[in-house]
Amino acid sequence: MAFGNAVYNALFRRTSTFALTAVLGGVVFERWYSSWSDSMWERINRGKLWKDIAHNYEEADE
Amino acid sequence: MRSVEVAEVKGLKKMAANWQRAANGLRAGYRWFTGGQSLRVTGSRGKAGRSPMFYGAVAAAGVVAGYSVVSVAAAEAELHPPKYAWSHKGLLSALDHQSIRRGYLVYKEVCSACHSMQYISFRNLVGVSHTENEARVLAEEYEYPGDNDEEGNPTTRQGKISDAFPNPYPNDEAAKFANNGALPPDLSLVVLGREGEDDYIFSILTGYFDPPEGVEVREGMAYNPYFPGGVIAMPQQLFLDSVEYEDGTPATVSQMAKDVTTFLRWASEPYHDDRKRIGFKVIMVTSVLALVAFYWKRRVWSVLKSRKIVYYSKGS
Ligand code: HEC
Repeated sequence: MAFGNAVYNALFRRTSTFALTAVLGGVVFERWYSSWSDSMWERINRGKLWKDIAHNYEEADE
Repeated sequence: MRSVEVAEVKGLKKMAANWQRAANGLRAGYRWFTGGQSLRVTGSRGKAGRSPMFYGAVAAAGVVAGYSVVSVAAAEAELHPPKYAWSHKGLLSALDHQSIRRGYLVYKEVCSACHSMQYISFRNLVGVSHTENEARVLAEEYEYPGDNDEEGNPTTRQGKISDAFPNPYPNDEAAKFANNGALPPDLSLVVLGREGEDDYIFSILTGYFDPPEGVEVREGMAYNPYFPGGVIAMPQQLFLDSVEYEDGTPATVSQMAKDVTTFLRWASEPYHDDRKRIGFKVIMVTSVLALVAFYWKRRVWSVLKSRKIVYYSKGS
């Protein structure tokens, strides 16, 4: 519980730090979640996406 | 202060009991859905193990059949397409972009002789099936009506990457005149515009047969049981090696039909991949948030919901 209390006292106790925590937490979570779910999407669909086949055609461009 | 605490504990207990009940309900529903035992009517194995809903539907169908005179004419007996295992069918399955690329080739070499695709332009292929340079080169193969010259005569210009795919006919009348009076529909949205979607398009393209006894097929028409009515103004278009794939895939009829259908699916839903990718993200996050919101509501209300108001008389 000591950890919980420390977090509460440091972040959630005052409205200002609470709001700041919510905003920053949202940004950090979104960055992580987005890259996690995109990498999962790319893993599930490996070989089917344009990203997986583009190299076959981009070389011909140069 | 104390009494509020007691009330809250009571509320939480009640909440736990409700959760338990909800979980039991879900479990029962899941067992029914997966064909477990709990809601089955009969105990024997095989097709006898139906849900009560099935018997309800059978009973309803029986009642309807009893009251209506059923007539089936040959022309109405249209064949419904089978369901194929498209690689983009799953909830999290992207379109196969190599297949889209091959499908574009089939459209370009075969279908574009009769069908327009007015809502797709060359630039839409960029980052989907072609590079920007490739799309530019494809566009430049075509001529479009240009500005008038200084004498007022119409001119033509080379295609640009922002141009829509060209229409093979100057207008609908010309298109009908060239096709036995039938208008070849624009293919931009055809996958979403037909019942059966990909399965139907694939079946139409591969479903040409000799007409059965008694079905008359006029010159230039063809028999195709998947087409409503059975007689279609588009004769068979795909034959072995109608196109030559650059990636070495054998150009069988079903391969070309599958590729062009995948291409047309993409054309109907260019947002297909993003829809699934982002839809998953949104549903995951909002379902967690919904649980939190539900819990929070219960928590806040637990005090009010479990309070007890006692009246007593001051006298006596
Ligand atoms: C010779 C011209 C011609 C070519 C080439 C052609 N079509 Fe057609 N297509 C038609 C005509 C005409 C119709 C209208 C048929 C009717 O209404 O009876 C049609 C109808 C269709 C339909 C709609 C069927 C419906 O349910 O209404 C689809 C889908 C279709 N074509 C796809 C294709 C594809 C894919 C290709 C390329 C492989 C292709 N067509 C090539 C002439 C053509």
